[in-house]
Amino acid sequence: MKRLIPLWITAIAGIVLIASYFVPYAQGLGELTSIWFDILAGFAFILGGGNLLKVHLKKVSDKAAGWGYSVILLASFLITLFVGLGKIGVHPSPDYPDNSWSGVYNEVGSPFWWLYEYAFKPLTATMFAMLAFYIASASFRAFRAKNVEAVLLLGTAFIILLGRTFAGVWLTSWLPESLSGLKIENLSVYIMQVFNTAGSRAIIIGIALGIASTSLKVILGVDRSYLGSARSEP
Amino acid sequence: MKLHLFALSVVFTSLGDAPATATPAPASNLIAQDHRKWDDGTRIDLAWDLSADDETLVAAYRISKALARFGDFQVPLKFELVEIVKAGTGEYTVADLARKIRLENIKTKYADIVDIESLEATNQKTFPVAYVFQIVAVGRDGATSAAATTPPITPTMEWFDGGRFWFLIIVVIFCGAVIFFIQLARGGRPLKVRKIAGLEAIDEAVGRATEMGRSCLYIPGILDMNDIQTIAGINILARVAKTAASYDAKLEVPTSRSLVMATARETVQGAFLAAGHPDAYRKDLIYYVTDEQFGYVAYVQGMMVREKPAACFYMGAFFAESLILAETGNSIGAIQVAGTAMPAQLPFFVAACDYTLIGEEFFAASAYLSGSAEELGSLKGQDVGKIIVGLGIIIGVIMLSAASVILDGSPGSPFGTALLNAVEYLKQVILT
Repeated sequence: MKRLIPLWITAIAGIVLIASYFVPYAQGLGELTSIWFDILAGFAFILGGGNLLKVHLKKVSDKAAGWGYSVILLASFLITLFVGLGKIGVHPSPDYPDNSWSGVYNEVGSPFWWLYEYAFKPLTATMFAMLAFYIASASFRAFRAKNVEAVLLLGTAFIILLGRTFAGVWLTSWLPESLSGLKIENLSVYIMQVFNTAGSRAIIIGIALGIASTSLKVILGVDRSYLGSARSEP
Repeated sequence: MKLHLFALSVVFTSLGDAPATATPAPASNLIAQDHRKWDDGTRIDLAWDLSADDETLVAAYRISKALARFGDFQVPLKFELVEIVKAGTGEYTVADLARKIRLENIKTKYADIVDIESLEATNQKTFPVAYVFQIVAVGRDGATSAAATTPPITPTMEWFDGGRFWFLIIVVIFCGAVIFFIQLARGGRPLKVRKIAGLEAIDEAVGRATEMGRSCLYIPGILDMNDIQTIAGINILARVAKTAASYDAKLEVPTSRSLVMATARETVQGAFLAAGHPDAYRKDLIYYVTDEQFGYVAYVQGMMVREKPAACFYMGAFFAESLILAETGNSIGAIQVAGTAMPAQLPFFVAACDYTLIGEEFFAASAYLSGSAEELGSLKGQDVGKIIVGLGIIIGVIMLSAASVILDGSPGSPFGTALLNAVEYLKQVILT
């Protein structure tokens, strides 16, 4: 029964969503299914928050390796939660001036807004900025000319990169109009529009078929390993 | 001086002789009716008789729409442009209309033009929407004719959206093929599937982590359980967990969604049970971190650098964090296996990981790893989909090339035009 009910819920939700795509009268049911998921996900936030507290409180209490980070995490979590839920420093909404809690939680200038703008956003931007360095290190490895395929990759990447810069345009600007197809910027566009598009479309078609097939297996209950079932495991 | 005066007089005389702006005759008999084909109640067909000056003065027709009524409540007409069509066009289908509107939406968008209290007094939550349409002939010099306007009309919803008929046919054929091959496999027919190096490497990676006494890290993407990639990732987790249970390896699964955490716990527990080691299951190793993309990345990256897992698996939906995670894993010398259906992230994983499951391989992984006949049957069904797509591409290319060659040789050839129309139908109706 523990597995049967989730299987039925999955099957019904899947069929309803498919039907809502083709039958306009079922569109409302499709939206309802999505709303139910949102409600479940909303409750799951409590589960997630509780788990976060439990894991990191245990780390602190055990003085496990890196417990100091857990202290920072717990403090940040609780402060943000308190400031956001309590709407600290938020002015009441003009519609309900007598109700001090009627304002918007992320009002400009409020402590929650300040935390978001001056703590959260810079930290996020820092993490994102690190990507540039990782791209450089990954490119360095990927473009090492070890074999024929790697040389082709290196050559293609070189043309594409040069084609996106002024230097690339300048390098082949002397070519006559009759050979304009060989100008780096045109070669770069050709590679992107023909070879790259053909390759990525092939991958996308495979992905689309894989998604359809996997969805069907999940709806029909053929693949139930996500339920922890041993059935689809050898 | 005399010459200048003469020139000026010529200019003024010619200005005086210039013809006045010619106003085209209006289009007539404008009719609005519900879309002829089955639809979801968002389209209205317009038809009109061309202006008497269609071939001489008219450059285009300007089609506009306006809300006319919410239920029985009139709305002041305020026309907005829908489309400008070329002269000689006598029909047009207006799309993206609303059949009904909710009271809350009326309050938000139309409070200034409708008496909200009257609407609220009806106790209705939704109101049918009626539109009026207007067509104006626009002359070549920009002059506009008088407008032709329709009476109010509300689009009707049919039980089936006819615009998706071909898509339904393709879905039925594809799903039918998958189910057929699953049944065939259930009947005991042997099915062969090519080797996928990335999946063969899972046992090797977990074994290596066990030998080194280090943990395995499994990241099931950063999206929630309503994403099919997360489900596929969780399916592969079942197999990885079973191998980890057999080898007595430590498997850590930080998640960025709490529902994924709950599902992953069920999956891993089931896998440990199936492997005969239910006592080895530790639910505290599967935990929630944060929904925030880079917050999650910061945690996982820090954890990787501190704990140095020997095997890292990235299976699910990834965005910009893919390379940050994979490069960190690479720097700590872990064996890395990735799988995703995000085309933009695949090059990053290919560059930084030892093995990458590309697109459909990722979705095939569950069937491949389980070896279950019915799941392998579904992979064969997928091949039918590939044959359909391949045939579509070949037919389209042949037809378009032939049409191009024929129309180059004899412009206006009926056969060439028919081929071109067929390709357009394939592109615009069947594949859209």
